[in-house]
Amino acid sequence: MTFLIYFLRRLALVVPTLLGVTIITFTLTYLLPGNPAVVKAGPLVPPEVVAEIEKAMGLDQPAWVQYWRYISGVVQGDLGTSASTGRPVLEDFQQRLPATLELTLASLLIALVIGIPLGVQSAVHRDTALDHVGRIVGVAGVAMPTFWTGLIAIYVFFYLMGVAPPPLGRLGAGLEPPPTFTGLYVVDGLLTGNWKVVGSALHQLMLPSIVLGLSVMAPIARMVRSTMLEILESDYIKAAWAAGLPRRRVVYGDALFNALIPVVTILGLVFGFLMAGNAVVESVFAWPGIGNYAITSLMTKDSGPIQSFVLFVAVLYVIVNFVVDIVYGLIDPRIRLE
Amino acid sequence: MADIARPPTSSSASLPASLRLIGLRLRRNWPSATALAIIVLMILAAVFAAWIAPYDADATSAEAALQAPSLHHWLGTDVYGRDLLSRIIFAARVDLAVAFGATALALAIGATIGAISGLHLGWVDLIIMRCVDSVMAFPAFILAMAITAALGNTVTNVLLAIAVTQVPIYLRLVRGEILRIREMEYADAARVVGNPPWRIVFVHLLPNCLPPIIVQATLAMGYALLTMAALSFIGLGIRPPQSEWGSMTAEGAQYIVTGEWWLFLFPGFAIVLMVLSFNLVGDGLRDFLDPRMRGVR
Amino acid sequence: MSAVIAVEDLAVRFSTDHGEVEAVDGASFDVRPGEILGLVGESGSGKSVTAMALLQLIRKPGRIVRGEIVFDGRDLCRLSEEELASIRGAKIAMVFQTPRTALNPLITVGEQVARLYALHGGLSSAVSRRRAVDMLRLVGIPEPERRSRQYPHQFSGGMCQRVMIAMALASAPRLLIADEPTTGLDVSTAARILDLLRDLGRDTGASILLITHDLGVVAATCQRVAVMHAGQMVEIAPVRALFARPAHPYTRALVRSIPRADREVTMEPIPGAVPSLLEPPPGCRYVGRCPWVEDRCRREKPSLSEHAADHLVACFAVEDRRAAV
Repeated sequence: MTFLIYFLRRLALVVPTLLGVTIITFTLTYLLPGNPAVVKAGPLVPPEVVAEIEKAMGLDQPAWVQYWRYISGVVQGDLGTSASTGRPVLEDFQQRLPATLELTLASLLIALVIGIPLGVQSAVHRDTALDHVGRIVGVAGVAMPTFWTGLIAIYVFFYLMGVAPPPLGRLGAGLEPPPTFTGLYVVDGLLTGNWKVVGSALHQLMLPSIVLGLSVMAPIARMVRSTMLEILESDYIKAAWAAGLPRRRVVYGDALFNALIPVVTILGLVFGFLMAGNAVVESVFAWPGIGNYAITSLMTKDSGPIQSFVLFVAVLYVIVNFVVDIVYGLIDPRIRLE
Repeated sequence: MADIARPPTSSSASLPASLRLIGLRLRRNWPSATALAIIVLMILAAVFAAWIAPYDADATSAEAALQAPSLHHWLGTDVYGRDLLSRIIFAARVDLAVAFGATALALAIGATIGAISGLHLGWVDLIIMRCVDSVMAFPAFILAMAITAALGNTVTNVLLAIAVTQVPIYLRLVRGEILRIREMEYADAARVVGNPPWRIVFVHLLPNCLPPIIVQATLAMGYALLTMAALSFIGLGIRPPQSEWGSMTAEGAQYIVTGEWWLFLFPGFAIVLMVLSFNLVGDGLRDFLDPRMRGVR
Repeated sequence: MSAVIAVEDLAVRFSTDHGEVEAVDGASFDVRPGEILGLVGESGSGKSVTAMALLQLIRKPGRIVRGEIVFDGRDLCRLSEEELASIRGAKIAMVFQTPRTALNPLITVGEQVARLYALHGGLSSAVSRRRAVDMLRLVGIPEPERRSRQYPHQFSGGMCQRVMIAMALASAPRLLIADEPTTGLDVSTAARILDLLRDLGRDTGASILLITHDLGVVAATCQRVAVMHAGQMVEIAPVRALFARPAHPYTRALVRSIPRADREVTMEPIPGAVPSLLEPPPGCRYVGRCPWVEDRCRREKPSLSEHAADHLVACFAVEDRRAAV
């Protein structure tokens, strides 16, 4: 019952935020200088023609009418047409989304698998060499732009050592993508038992996911470390030591479980970093995801895909943060039961 | 237990003792001190680029093209034979200027709206805060990307886009501080009653807001640099031939497969060095200025 | 009558930015079988540090610099972590001063007790859970079956403290350290918790080291008292003797400061500031506040010596006076 109220209250916050998000993307798409009618008509077109196109596009209507059209279009999945591919942006998105999803999930996995133990160990061995190294890695990790680390990775592992494949997409040359179940090549390859595809997909995924994963690993490790430090000083952990619970159980059981609650709350933020990093990393590794699609469309002055991408990411970000709040409420009995 | 572990605070701390403490803190915080020195050096280099840079950053030379780092060209040359070190030094001008400008603009807008929001509460505050929520619903880089894409790639637009993404930081900070003071106002009415608003701002607000704002602004400088570099890297920010670290890295990326590693490595390294320095100084300032955070690392 | 635990010349230091702090300076005392020993002192006198030292839980930047803690014929300071594992929580258990925060917020109350049965008693999880419910009933939790499935935030402070006591007793310890167990509880709840401790101590045969700043609690609960001041042990005596004939000037001031008619007696502050523990002078730490201070007190540290039967005092002036009589 109480959880239901918590759930509804969070949900009520999502609605105005989504409204604000769409108003912002609408403003960026339609209301800013750079008349879309002129862009659509092309240069050197007489003003009468432009006015006609304006009328056809509804640009002569008041802003709120235009917004209403925009929003009803978006809700029905109408994100406009891409000038560069000539197809509806939504279709292009659907085709590229699995690539982005695969890279994001792999990066998140890497970030959590490295970040959490690193944070725990730094906290437990506070002010030792390990802690200092961890902190330096963390500070440096936040300061390094992903496009730069990505280039270094390509230079070292592809050009110099030759252990990484060329940074050109999701599968090695000559391989057919597996039949689509989830759209994630690694998973689909496993489902169909196509080991060659799985191997190649993992190989291709290796560098971009490590680069992206390491870039968001630092905030996770930092968060785990600081909450672990706080929790290790807490009364109930002192009580757990005094009660003679084994070290491993106190640190990785009692303490880490409590520390994961704040970590869950920053997962939303981490997702935001991942989406931002995605766009850049995808373009460095020619990864055929939606971020790369949006950036490529920039080159051709095609603003439809990029604004749709931004809208998509923002809506996803809002939803992810909402889900994170709900998960947080489910984990913590103080919210679930109070 | 806790009250013993904490060092006893004697009210009559002698001056030499507190000086010694500052010295101790500086020595312990040598990374922040070093970082501050690097920032100062980089600013000086940017300002006096014309004197400091070993070559004219735009001077092309066919025979000097694509040279690896050497005694003549410390960081090598690009495909037009331009000296990379000189270009990086000149690029510091636009990079640092945009980062400073964006931070200052965000600070000015954020603090003003934050003050309005905190002083007027009610509907005004509600609407402003919903707007802030909406802005923060975008990952910062994605929003900056959208704004630059919509406005067009110019230095001013990049500056504007970065500033917009950072406005919420200062807005929330100032608003929060005003709300805190308002509460104090009720508890301690005598001290504030009859005081003109400017007095409240200068006596209560500024001294309380300034330390966290300075810390935030320093850290935000790092983010601003990263955002600008990434924008330029994907072709949305400052474009060649204007030297900028992000776009220089993007140019250099083309030469990876031919092995000219210096072209992407050094401009990127300049970004890392500056961002790292701003972050370290920000952390150091936080330890120094915010007594609540002291000792918490 | 051999002691359950005997502490000899225990000293604990903390390294701080400002220098070394000696939080405990040569404390000696013992706890006898079946008794409740009160350990009293102002806040910052080193009581809680002493308690943590007994369990070998002093952590950086603190460390035990000298002394021995003999339990079961072994010096706890010399035991390895593995050897300590069989003592900590099993033979020496502890109840903390902040019951509400000393329970893990994410684990049900019943599980927190049950896992100690499983750990120290080697019982299966089903049996442990049953025993936990029994123990919760024993410490006076109503409807223990239902409440064992609840989380700490659903319990009041007094109920949390009962759970802490249940956890401490789950392993049938020989020594129970109760660190300010009634802090933050209202007066009647506090009284009931103390009654519970006393009764359970008697029933299980566990000795109790009761740490408190409240002389009223000591008078009502303990058989003997040890008085600490600024990390030094100044006087140890049976409760009656201490209240009737306090010997050390600090104890005299303490006892005098109790409002006699009032039953809710709390220690009043003693005139003069608590001395800084930062690189303190070599002698007695009470010199700044002591009416009987001599030159010698500043140079040398008085050690505990027999003042009367079973009554130890660490004070040169008291020694001199006794010699003079």
